[in-house]
Amino acid sequence: MSEFRMPSLGADMESGRLVEWLKSPGTEVERGDIIAVVDTQKGAIEIEVFEDGVLEEILAEPGEEIPVGRTLAYIRAPGEPGREQRAAEKPKPESEAESPHTPATAKPTPSATAYPPSIPGIHMTPAARRLAAEHQVDPSTLKAGPDGVIGLSEVQAAIGAAPTPLEARPKPKARGIDPVEMRRAIAAAMMRANREIPHYYVTSTIDMTPMMNWLSARNAERAIEDRLLYAAPLLRAVALSFAKFPDLNGTFEKGAFVPADRVNIGMAIAVRGCGLITPAILDADRHDVDTLMTKLNDLVKRARAGGLRSSELSMGTATLTNLGDRTADGLMPIIFPPQVAIVGCGQISERPWVVKGEVVARQLMEMTFAGDHRASDGRRGAQFLSHLASLLGKPEGL
Amino acid sequence: MSADNQVSLSRAEAMALLGQMILIRRFEEKCAELYSAQKIRGFLHLYIGEEANAVGVMRALSPDDAVVATYREHGHALARGLPPGEVMAEMYGKAGGSSRGRGGSMHIFDKKHRFYGGNAIVGGGLPLAVGLALADKMQKLNRVTCCFFGEGAAAEGEFHESMNLAALWQLPVLFVCENNGYAMGTGLSRSESETSILQHAKSYRITGEDVDGMDVVAVRAAALSAVGAIRNGGGPRFLENKTYRFRPHSMFDPDLYRQKQEIAQWKTRGPVVQFSKWVIETQLLSQSDIDGLEEEAARTIDEAVRYAEESPWEPEEDLERDVYTPRKVEETAR
Amino acid sequence: MTARTITYRDAVHEALREALRGDERVFLMGEDVGYYGGAYACSKGLIQEFGEERIRDTPLSESGFVGAGIGAALGGMRPIVEIMTVNFSLLALDQIVNNAATLRHMSGGQLSVPLVIRMATGAGRQLAAQHSHSLECWFAHVPGIKVVAPATIKDARGMLSTALADPDPVIIFEHATLYNEQGELPETDDYAMEIESARISRAGGDITLITYGGSLQKTMAAAEDLATDGVDCEVIDLRSLRPIDDATIMASLAKTHRAVIVDEGWRSVGLAAEISARITEQAFFDLDGPVARVCSAEVPIPYPRHLEMAATPQPDKIAAAAREVLRR
Repeated sequence: MSEFRMPSLGADMESGRLVEWLKSPGTEVERGDIIAVVDTQKGAIEIEVFEDGVLEEILAEPGEEIPVGRTLAYIRAPGEPGREQRAAEKPKPESEAESPHTPATAKPTPSATAYPPSIPGIHMTPAARRLAAEHQVDPSTLKAGPDGVIGLSEVQAAIGAAPTPLEARPKPKARGIDPVEMRRAIAAAMMRANREIPHYYVTSTIDMTPMMNWLSARNAERAIEDRLLYAAPLLRAVALSFAKFPDLNGTFEKGAFVPADRVNIGMAIAVRGCGLITPAILDADRHDVDTLMTKLNDLVKRARAGGLRSSELSMGTATLTNLGDRTADGLMPIIFPPQVAIVGCGQISERPWVVKGEVVARQLMEMTFAGDHRASDGRRGAQFLSHLASLLGKPEGL
Repeated sequence: MSADNQVSLSRAEAMALLGQMILIRRFEEKCAELYSAQKIRGFLHLYIGEEANAVGVMRALSPDDAVVATYREHGHALARGLPPGEVMAEMYGKAGGSSRGRGGSMHIFDKKHRFYGGNAIVGGGLPLAVGLALADKMQKLNRVTCCFFGEGAAAEGEFHESMNLAALWQLPVLFVCENNGYAMGTGLSRSESETSILQHAKSYRITGEDVDGMDVVAVRAAALSAVGAIRNGGGPRFLENKTYRFRPHSMFDPDLYRQKQEIAQWKTRGPVVQFSKWVIETQLLSQSDIDGLEEEAARTIDEAVRYAEESPWEPEEDLERDVYTPRKVEETAR
Repeated sequence: MTARTITYRDAVHEALREALRGDERVFLMGEDVGYYGGAYACSKGLIQEFGEERIRDTPLSESGFVGAGIGAALGGMRPIVEIMTVNFSLLALDQIVNNAATLRHMSGGQLSVPLVIRMATGAGRQLAAQHSHSLECWFAHVPGIKVVAPATIKDARGMLSTALADPDPVIIFEHATLYNEQGELPETDDYAMEIESARISRAGGDITLITYGGSLQKTMAAAEDLATDGVDCEVIDLRSLRPIDDATIMASLAKTHRAVIVDEGWRSVGLAAEISARITEQAFFDLDGPVARVCSAEVPIPYPRHLEMAATPQPDKIAAAAREVLRR
């Protein structure tokens, strides 16, 4: 006994409505005989049997909507014994079901580190996100650029890495520092300092009269362009002091202080439109005062023209910020991360002082040392300042 | 059929002609059954009623000639000698199919038999045939390219471009138009201002003939004559074979555009019926010969279905193969 | 190393001649390739040298002769089919997409179609809407064919022989404004250039400019302009549009983090969009800003010069796009 099923006549035929049987049960059928009419979305189609036999039993009535593959009738093969109750054959599985369905091997995706998930309200470029993740910078602590997006330059500034290539690369034509970029970098650095570094402050008033007298004497014999400014011997004194206090000269990274093997003093230089930048004079303790003066002049010129080298911007081990003339008496400087110390000097002004019990007018300068309390403490800072003061008191020894 | 035909037809030839037509007929019927049972999917276009065309023309071709056909090409494939199992497996989509299952019913290709499809765009095969013939002519290979197409193709621009090129460059193409009167659901007189396709060919200065496509002997004779002329350097030739398909355009076609009487009438002149009657009358073959051919066809088809059923599916990992030719295996098409 | 100064057209002509001389299976077929000398004069003199069999003037039957080219390739020849311009190729799309691209796959790997199709392409000569298309992306969309765009003299000279040696169909797009361009061609024994990789036309570190074909020169001009502002561009000449050389693109982005794609096709649903998608897929975490596109405006190419220029990519627009990306 075989089953005559609703045929599939097209890929998009799902079912057909039986219109009429053209043969009745009990009649003989031959291969090719039209046995019924089925209505489809395209119209009425005659359906045929593919074997010889007797139409034994019909299972569907005219008017019924029958899905493709469902049994419509039984056909008894010629010579087959009478009607038998047989369990209906399991419908043959679709040939498609037999096809080996091996899961498509996905193309290997580039291995992705677990990047920090995006934070609602914070727009970060993918490259910035990756860099932040690599350096364990919490994106919520970063400040966005002027367009509201945190990009590579913001993250780079935050980790104190070399600034974006636009600044560091020597240009065919002097281009100048992009003030916007620079401000952004400074802002990021200062935020980080404020956030991460526990500052302590130690202050001293230095009698700069011997220094100024010494300078006047030396400069009297020089042409104007060769004249020393007090910044140079100040720098040397500061450098020598840091050389003597190696626990204050270095960087604080990954939870520990790393002493530097050189003394590269960052000089805070004002660049119009950008604020202060702090390129370093490398090995400042190894150069005499005149050499330092030359280097300072060169540094200022290049800083203002945009010709700084990335090493100068990234290799400072401690910083000196000197407010200079006609500014303010003192300041509480902020350490430039990842350094651990900074010396801030106010203007030199003539003020009353006491020498040997007498009140006299002296050239005085307020000096403030700020230290990272994770690396040192106030006592140490005070010792540093004391030493620095004594060096400044004997300018001929510098 | 005239007495002349009787003289030129041997018993062996008659067996071959009838045997192939019966094989194609039963093969196509089997395909209809398998399609209804969802073993064959997509589109299925049956050649039932048109067998005489493929069978008759193929007798005139040699193995190194080329054949280009349409999506109604199962008969042509079988007449050309493609293994029936591979043709059936192709329709199943199995790896053992002629085109490794990638093409299905409409894209049967077999390079060994120089069988270039299986083309599903009406008229799309004609420029291919022109190109194959061009290559033969340029390489001075005395081969013929036989291009089968329906009368619907005559409306396509590619038909005209191909006729023109073949005639202009005198290329060795045999164009065989199987005019069954209907381009899917549209009758010839509703789509052609000039219903004689032969006339189209003549306007390109191509020599041609009107042929009774239901008479395998007539088809064979016309093909032998045309191919002979081409081989002698006569340029392209054209046959317009008047024929009829007994089934609708494809499986999912309620045939609303044809009258039942018309179909019935053509069936009385069907190629198998006609030729069987004639070989019996002329005593070229006996009824038991014919029964034997039917049995042989049944066996062949059973084997073909078994082969197709047992043929494996291509693994999904191989999805993207054969889009481009791997470099180490560069096939020269000679 | 000596070099000659020749035009792009000369380079194409030399390549054709070398191909015809080197392999008797090679022949050139197309409209006016013979006695007219080629619509762009690329085949001047060839019919006199190689005869009518091998330099075949065809009737105006794009579908017919492209299909014939496919058939001839199947039949053992190595045809170079010249479709006068991409604008007329639309008539042959059926043969290209339904036959050339599919025959190998449909036949289960039995057939190869070693066909080369050359077409002129692009806008810039005030030829208006029907003669100014850049439809490379339509062809680059289809598996089964290969698509190349020689933008330089070296590539015009060298890609043809590689294409002819390829067992699969290769479509070569020659931007029509390049034919008159002069350039240096270094002398060598073997001019063949491979056809599946991109080339760094200008190395740089700040931003990657990706382009092909007729837009390469404009992109290089934009790069020079940007250099005076201290922006160091890396320019990639794609050379191959199918397949696209992802590796070169992504390596560049790992360096620059920013990209602008320059494509003379219309902006919507085009090649630039494809490359942008690939960059997002493969270099997402290298990006420091969105990928920008400089493409043709959404308008059929107009006839008047100023409008044609406004509709298509130009160096100033490319430079502006780069600056915009860098501003981020």
